[in-house]
Amino acid sequence: MNVSHARYRRALAMVAVAAALSAVTGCHKKEKAVNPASLGPAPVTAAAPTATLSADPLTVDLGQSVVLNWRTQNATTVTIDGIGEVPANGTQTVSPSSSTNFHLTAKGDGGTTEANVRVTVRVPTAPTAPSDSGDMGSEAAFHQNVQDIFFDYDSYDLRPDAQSSAKTAAAYLNAHSAIKLVIGGYCDDRGSAEYNLALGENRANSAKTALVNAGVAASRIRVISYGKEKQFCTEENESCWQQNRRAQFSMDR
Amino acid sequence: MNFRPARPLAHLIRVALAFAVVLAASVSCTRARAQDWFKTETSSGVSNIRIAVADFKAVSVGDPQTIPLKRTFDTTLFNDLANAGIFDVVSKSMLPQATPGAPGEINLAQWSVAPANAAMVAFGAFGASGGRLTVSGFLFDAKNAQFPQVLAKQYSEDANEGMARQIAHRFADEIIFRLGGGVPGIAETKIYYVKMSGGNKEIWAMDYDGANQHQITHLGTVSLSPRVSPDNSRIAFSSLGRDGFQIRMYSLLLNRMVNFPSAGGGTNLSPAWSPNGRDIAYSSSRTGDPEIWIADSNGGGGHRVTSFRGPDVSPVFNPKTGSQIAWISGRTNLPQLYIMDADGSGVMRMTDGGYATSPSWSPNGQFIAFAWNRKYGPGAPGGQDIYVMEVATKRWIQVTHDIGRCDFPSWSPDGRHIVFANTPGGRASSTRIVSMLSDGTGRRTLTEAGADMPNWSWK
Repeated sequence: MNVSHARYRRALAMVAVAAALSAVTGCHKKEKAVNPASLGPAPVTAAAPTATLSADPLTVDLGQSVVLNWRTQNATTVTIDGIGEVPANGTQTVSPSSSTNFHLTAKGDGGTTEANVRVTVRVPTAPTAPSDSGDMGSEAAFHQNVQDIFFDYDSYDLRPDAQSSAKTAAAYLNAHSAIKLVIGGYCDDRGSAEYNLALGENRANSAKTALVNAGVAASRIRVISYGKEKQFCTEENESCWQQNRRAQFSMDR
Repeated sequence: MNFRPARPLAHLIRVALAFAVVLAASVSCTRARAQDWFKTETSSGVSNIRIAVADFKAVSVGDPQTIPLKRTFDTTLFNDLANAGIFDVVSKSMLPQATPGAPGEINLAQWSVAPANAAMVAFGAFGASGGRLTVSGFLFDAKNAQFPQVLAKQYSEDANEGMARQIAHRFADEIIFRLGGGVPGIAETKIYYVKMSGGNKEIWAMDYDGANQHQITHLGTVSLSPRVSPDNSRIAFSSLGRDGFQIRMYSLLLNRMVNFPSAGGGTNLSPAWSPNGRDIAYSSSRTGDPEIWIADSNGGGGHRVTSFRGPDVSPVFNPKTGSQIAWISGRTNLPQLYIMDADGSGVMRMTDGGYATSPSWSPNGQFIAFAWNRKYGPGAPGGQDIYVMEVATKRWIQVTHDIGRCDFPSWSPDGRHIVFANTPGGRASSTRIVSMLSDGTGRRTLTEAGADMPNWSWK
């Protein structure tokens, strides 16, 4: 019994050694066999890029915003007409002033793919304006000239890009003295609700101060802080948080 | 023969196993390092009183209401004592079979020996007849054979579910008051909170244990930061209107909104009552910058107490003295916890960094609970948890760990509990209200998802 056991064990050990050896040599052989030079040029197998582009919602009223959402694969450069070069996947909020075909081009090694989405903008038919309301300008012109100001994280100081857009806004408002406006202060959804309401107030007031310093009468401006109570974009990423950290201008009626 | 290949296979498995063990060990190592927190016991060295809570004896069993109401009563009394934080309540499975209804019916020896080993026994009789509940409750010292009676109480109320709970709360508070160092129990206190409904938020109220949740306001807008007055007569909160957030006032006596003029403009939010109920501190941006203001409780006589560029919000009075205010200021960028005298002097910064919000001052004035994210920053790890700081020394302990975002702590009037908002899923919609003992143990979820900003009543 013992003897046979030992014999078995010896046989086992030999088998194991043989197996190990063969495994090692096998590996070695394989390595040698693969000679890159003998393979020749690799066949061009770059896949054609794929691209999808969607908008939500597809129909808006003038002045409202649309979230564009695109996904591409195998693309090296992705561009959207009117926006420029964009990341391979992403979202962007746009406020088109008229119905727009958004056209995405994804270029890759495998060719070019396009994707389209049409956003319909319901433009209200202009009311028969009383003679002196030319001063108000149109809603579209307002949003074109008075653009939202975006802030850095936990900050209510105007960035350089915001300084220049505040100047543009002030120039437009000075030229249309009948316009009264509301500045809404918003924060991203991190942090605490009460503190964000105070921070939103500071943001809206920073924007107000910039306009007032550029000659807009303070009495034309109303400031409301929404803190993080009215989220504009609800995804958990920096592009979305950035969209939420803003002072938003709208006409006060 | 055919077991031959099994050997190398077994060896392979063994090697794989060893590798897995090493891997697991390294993983658990990093875990252990990440979890560099400790727990302090407020009662370390002192064991809690072991109390047995007998099911009450049903009398007048003929009435069909008796059995379901008695079940409510028994459950409520048991939970109140188990949640009090000062008892070691004997598990129901270890109790003697007997249900004594009167002093003459109890055999104390049964309760003081294993497995119950009770030091105290709460028992009594419960009956419903003719639409009335009659309850007699007793508390006996199980180790005192000669004069065991500590407490005897009798209650007679309308027979309904709410009253059965109410009587249990009252009897529990009597026991807690008697055995808990003379500190009144909290079983009859309320918690006010914000409930999300669609895009709106309304003010709601519930009992301290999460029962009896009901809506208070019907404003159809976003209402935040409910704070009940020290005498439970009014709720101050802030609410979004045409001019942004403003302080609003709801009378719990009249069951309607009452006027609270906040003349002066700007955003006005985060009200806080002084302990005598005469003053309200709040954040107002009427000067263009959010600062702490104090007005009387009718909105008059507002005066500013801080003046520093940057957000100042979430004031709270020291409830013991009424002469100090803790609040949150962003004067050095990220929000930090500060304290000052109520006249604005003696400003002292309490936190050394991170993102601190939502202070709540303990009833004895000794501690401030607040929400703190100590590693705050874009892309930085770390979460927002509840911390308790001793005001005199600025020493702090972390009392919530790894349960997701926590905010808006609020002390119970006995200082033994803290209620807070917990967001386990990360999404604001998953926020719910949780209570715990102030050392972080005994955590209980009081509401479903969709509830936020709890405020514990003063009494």
